[in-house]
Order: sequence, then C-alpha cells, then structure tokens
Amino acid sequence: MSKKVAFLQGNEAAAHGALYAGCNFFGGYPITPSTEVAEVMSVELPKIGGKFVQMEDEIGAMAAILGASLAGSKVLTSTSGPGLSLKQELIGYGCIAEIPCVVYNVMRGGPSTGMPTGPSQSDVMAAKWGTHGDHPAICLVPASVQETYEEVIRAFNLSEKYRTPVMVMPDEIVAHMRERIVFPEQGEVEVVSRKSPSVSPEQYKPYDTSFGDVPPLASFGSGYKFHVTGLNKMQDGFPTTKAEIVQAEEERQVRKVEANADDIVTFEEYQLDDADVVVIAYGSTSRSARYAVNAAREQGLKAGMFRIKTFWPFPDKQIKALAGKVKGFIVPEMNLGMCANEVERCAQGKAPIHGIFRVDGEPINPDQILDKMKEVK
Amino acid sequence: MAFDYDKYIRPGKLPHIWCPGCGHGIVMKGLIRAMDTLGLKKENTAIVSGIGCASRLPGYIDCCTLHTAHGRAAAFATGVKLAKPEMNVILCGGDGDGTAIGGNHFIHACRRNIDMTYIIMNNYIYGMTGGQFSPATPTGHKASTTPYGNPDPCFDIAKLAIGAGATFVARGTAFHANQIDKLIVEAIQHKGFSVVEILDDCPTTYGRRNKYKSVIEMMNRLKEVAVPVKAAEKMTAEQLQGKILTGVLYKEEKPEYTAEYAKVIERAQAK
Amino acid sequence: MEKKLPKIEIIEKYCKGCHICVEFCPTKVLEMKGFYATVKNLEACIKCMQCELRCPDFAIKVITE
Repeated sequence: MSKKVAFLQGNEAAAHGALYAGCNFFGGYPITPSTEVAEVMSVELPKIGGKFVQMEDEIGAMAAILGASLAGSKVLTSTSGPGLSLKQELIGYGCIAEIPCVVYNVMRGGPSTGMPTGPSQSDVMAAKWGTHGDHPAICLVPASVQETYEEVIRAFNLSEKYRTPVMVMPDEIVAHMRERIVFPEQGEVEVVSRKSPSVSPEQYKPYDTSFGDVPPLASFGSGYKFHVTGLNKMQDGFPTTKAEIVQAEEERQVRKVEANADDIVTFEEYQLDDADVVVIAYGSTSRSARYAVNAAREQGLKAGMFRIKTFWPFPDKQIKALAGKVKGFIVPEMNLGMCANEVERCAQGKAPIHGIFRVDGEPINPDQILDKMKEVK
Repeated sequence: MAFDYDKYIRPGKLPHIWCPGCGHGIVMKGLIRAMDTLGLKKENTAIVSGIGCASRLPGYIDCCTLHTAHGRAAAFATGVKLAKPEMNVILCGGDGDGTAIGGNHFIHACRRNIDMTYIIMNNYIYGMTGGQFSPATPTGHKASTTPYGNPDPCFDIAKLAIGAGATFVARGTAFHANQIDKLIVEAIQHKGFSVVEILDDCPTTYGRRNKYKSVIEMMNRLKEVAVPVKAAEKMTAEQLQGKILTGVLYKEEKPEYTAEYAKVIERAQAK
Repeated sequence: MEKKLPKIEIIEKYCKGCHICVEFCPTKVLEMKGFYATVKNLEACIKCMQCELRCPDFAIKVITE
C-alpha cells in the first residue's frame, strides 16, 4: 500500500504531527506567523472529539493547556516571539509543576513586534532562559516540513516521557514553506504517553521520587486527588521552603532532562568524516549550509556540516569532540550569535568560530557561507 | 450537630495561614458546607486559584486542587473544565488577583459562560504583599502604595461580572456567614459561569491603615453596609446611600460553553 | 423540663484569638481568656451556631444532640 503524501506548509505539518502524537487539546491565540497551526487544529480536533479553544490572550492559552494537561489531555499551543514572551510566565509553571505540554513557536524577527512576517532564529535562547529560575529546557529546531511533522511527534513524546514543557521552534521559513510530506502509518512512529500512577489514590504523591526522577502523573477527574502549585513543593505536592527539599527538587527537575541528554539530543552529521571546515547550522539556515558544503566539496574544500536538530539540551558532547578535529567552525544564524556563543563555550578555544549573523529578515544564502569557508585557514 | 469540616480538610493542614480575624476562613467553611449540601464528589471537583492570601484556599481542601500563577486561575480552570466537562470546577481568589492581573481572564470566562463558579474574596487590598491598593480599594482609602489616599476609582466586581456576561452573580459578606454556603450552592447549581463576591475583611493590611480599630469594627461595617436585594426594593435611594446589595444580584439562562462545544464536535463529526 | 445544653468545643491550637465569636454571640456565652476564646456561660447558649459559623479558624464546634 502506498503511503499518504501531501504538499503542506510547515505549520500545517506541525498540526498533523500533533494529531498523530495523540494531541486532543489545543489552546491558542492568533499570532503571525504561526496561526495556521490553530486553524488546522480548529478543523481537526472536534472531528476526533478533541477540544480547541481560542483564549483571550497568550498567557490564557498557556494556562488553558496546562489545566487541560492536568485533566489528562495531550496539549499543544502555538505562538511566535511576542507570544512566547508572554507565555514564559507559565512555561515556568509547567516546568516547576512538571506538566507535559508542547509549545510550538515560530521564530520571527524581534525583539518586540519586530518583523512579524520575517524569519529569524533569535528565540533559541528564550527557549532556555526566557522564564525565570533554573529549569529544564528541551527545544527542537526542525529544518523541513517533513521534519517539523516528525519533531512535533517527538516533542509530545519527550514532554510526556519527561513530564515537562517541550518547545518546537521552526524559523518562519520552515513554518511557511511548502514541501512534500509523507505521512507515517498509524503505529509506524512510536507514540509515548505519560506514566500513570501504579499506586492507589490514597498512596499517590504527584512528585514521588521513589519512582525515579520522573514521577508518574495522575489526572484530575480520574479518582486521584492531589495538589498542584507553582511554589517550590514537596513530594506530596504541597509547598515548602525547607532548604534541603527545595535544593533537591530543583536539581531533580533539571537533572531529569540534562542527565538524559543522550536520549533527547539529535543531530545530523553531513560530510564530517574528513571535514576540516565545519558549518554548525540549524533550521532553514542548514539548508543553505548543505548547499554550501556541496559547492565547497566540488571546489576541493574539505567542508562538512553538523546540523543541530535538538537545540536544548545543546549537543555539547558532539561539538566538544569535533572542536579537537577541525580547523574552524562556521556558524550561520538569523540572530546576532546565539548559537555561536554556545559553540564557543563547547569548543573551549580549540577551534576558531566564524559567525554569519543576519537579523535583517533575509535568509542566509549559500554564497555567504561558501565565502566564509574560504576564510578558514 | 456540629458540621464536620474534617471530612473535607486535608489532614494536618490546619491551622491555616490566614491572620486572626481574616474572613477567608469563614468563606472556606461556607464553600465546604456548600460542597456537602450538593454532595460533590471530592475526586471529581477541581478547586483552582491564583496567587494571594485567598488563593491559598485550595491547599486545605481535599479535592483536585490547583494553585496557579497570579491572576491565571480562570484560564487554567477553563482548560480543566473544557478537557473534562463532567468535573465540578470551582475557582477562588482575591480582588487583586481576579480583577487586576487576572482581569482579562475573568471577563472572558464570564463572556464564555463556561460552567464554573468563581468565589472572589474581596478585601479591598493586596494582603499577601503587604497592603497595596487593588482595583477594589475605594477611592480615597489608604494602602501601602496610596499613603495620601487612593486616587483610583474602584471596580464594582459584581457589576463587572454582569457586564462581562456572567449569568449568575451574587454577593455576600464574611459577616453573614450562614448566607455564604447558600449563595455558593445556588451558584454551583447554575449552569453557566457564576460569580460569588464575598466582601471580606483584611484587618492586618487594610483595616489598620483605614482607621478600623479591630476585626470587630470591620465585621460591624460589613453588617451595617449590607442590604439584601429584597429589602433594598422597599428602600429609597437616600436610604440606600452607602449601602451594598447582597444576595443573588443577577441570574439568566444562556447557552453554556462546554455544551456549545459539544455541538461543535457534533457538527464537525457530521461532515 | 430540663434544658439540654450543647457542648461547645474550642480547639486552642486552631484559635487565633480574633474575638469574633465572643463579640457576636447574641447571648454572651463566650469570653476571651488570655489569648483564646473560652466558654463563660453555657447556660445562656441558644444553639444559634453563629460562633461556629463565623469562626474563621475552624476552632469552634457546637455539639448538639
């Protein structure tokens, strides 16, 4: 049987990926350039008995999905820069209260209203540092329509597995370009759901670490009664200011993601075997980089690309290993050096970093990258 | 027989954090009696709050309880209710939480007419942060941030709710304790978004700045200003000067949100 | 017939000494004794339950038959 194929926009693919992953609740607020996700969800969710709600603002949308997730739904919201800024308050709530949810954020020019229809990659640091306080961060940066579909499924799986908000952040180019997409069959791609409690309602504690760093999560309305708060909490969910408990809980919340980096971090190595000039790229910029690497190889340059698919946790280990082998890194990105700073941190002075930074709403083209490769000596 | 509040209070959680004479405890007792009257199943009841003194209420009650972020109770609760319409969803919080930082969520929950009950404990002040003025602080009154008297006009929370589309709006006071549960019972029974404003006292951060010598003076003030709607019908405008109406202020039947959304699902599935 | 008196239980570990029960008891059954409310004149109790209803601290139980 031939597979179902379609010609879709990144945002539409994201919505279909969410549905494949079992999403049954969407809370959103209109914002360019991500609104298509909401539009598709408003059509598709009621068909499967799911719920779509357009809330009064971005914060309300984030709140609604967290509430719905606690009531047992698999939840999604979509937004873009200014909306992400507003959602940060409750992304932090999702982190501390450990509520699975997926935040799909299309990166447009910023700060503030910036360039609503222009592409950017300048929200990647906001994905980690946007909400206050120490917290875990998982952020996926797809580079094609197919990958957006697949990464949204993976985002749901990770958020359910690790009981934490997960962000998917395509840049506006990926979100709005149309490409061929091949849909997987039902059952072909793994779909993960949160661990339910194995104990009785009387014994249940929502943050019971005797079950590991990711405690099982019960749903409201399923017979389990428990308390959820945004305050630092104990294993039973009630607030505490006891130093040793707060310290341990904060460390666990970060550790449950950081210690599982090998399970979460994904990347692509392109022409890296003998490469001495390595482009580190993500999102639509990696498409120009791939073209540039091919062109460079034709000209006899030993060029390659390390493509970041998971921005957070950052692929520290892989980039550290590469840094000892190459003459230099080229980091093209549609911001003023956010990824480049991370690469510099990982390279630890072992390889120079050449940045190509654009914030003018124009994509980085292959020639720019190729020219920069020639500068690496 | 004494009412058995222990059936609903989480073991070991009392005494609560509220100051001596704060009416929030009186309201919580009213809510518990209302739940008991209606026979609400604890595991099928969600109590959702924001931030502030009044928002600590859910932590004491043995239900599915959600202490959210400042002002966000109505939006979280909307998610819970829409995801599981079969649950009873009760919101609670204070005047600052509900009508300032949470004002937008509040009016839109009213507009949607989603079947939840919001208990707003209005003590005219931000208590937990030490007594700053709120949208409910009367003009001219003193707060830690209005040392020369409050220049802001204030909200009439019940009118705000009615204007925004809430289909059941009632008002009581912490002094009139035996009315609180009756208002909450009626609110929960109402199909749609119901708001119960309870005029409350904050002796610690509001009373002492506004010449109330004691909790008793504050309670006496609630006793004196409250006029039941029925009684008010027979009173002149002059007699009603400075009075506050209590009881069920507004009630209307309108399509309820989760029921309307069920129809959306039907229409989508019929296609 | 002898009047049946209720039992008024005051839970001192919950009482915060706010005076509400004492002040608003219509028959002045209660009084403050140091920090806590206490029963002064049980005979006068008319079982109106107002003290129990108005106690913000879950500290009073009026137990009737």
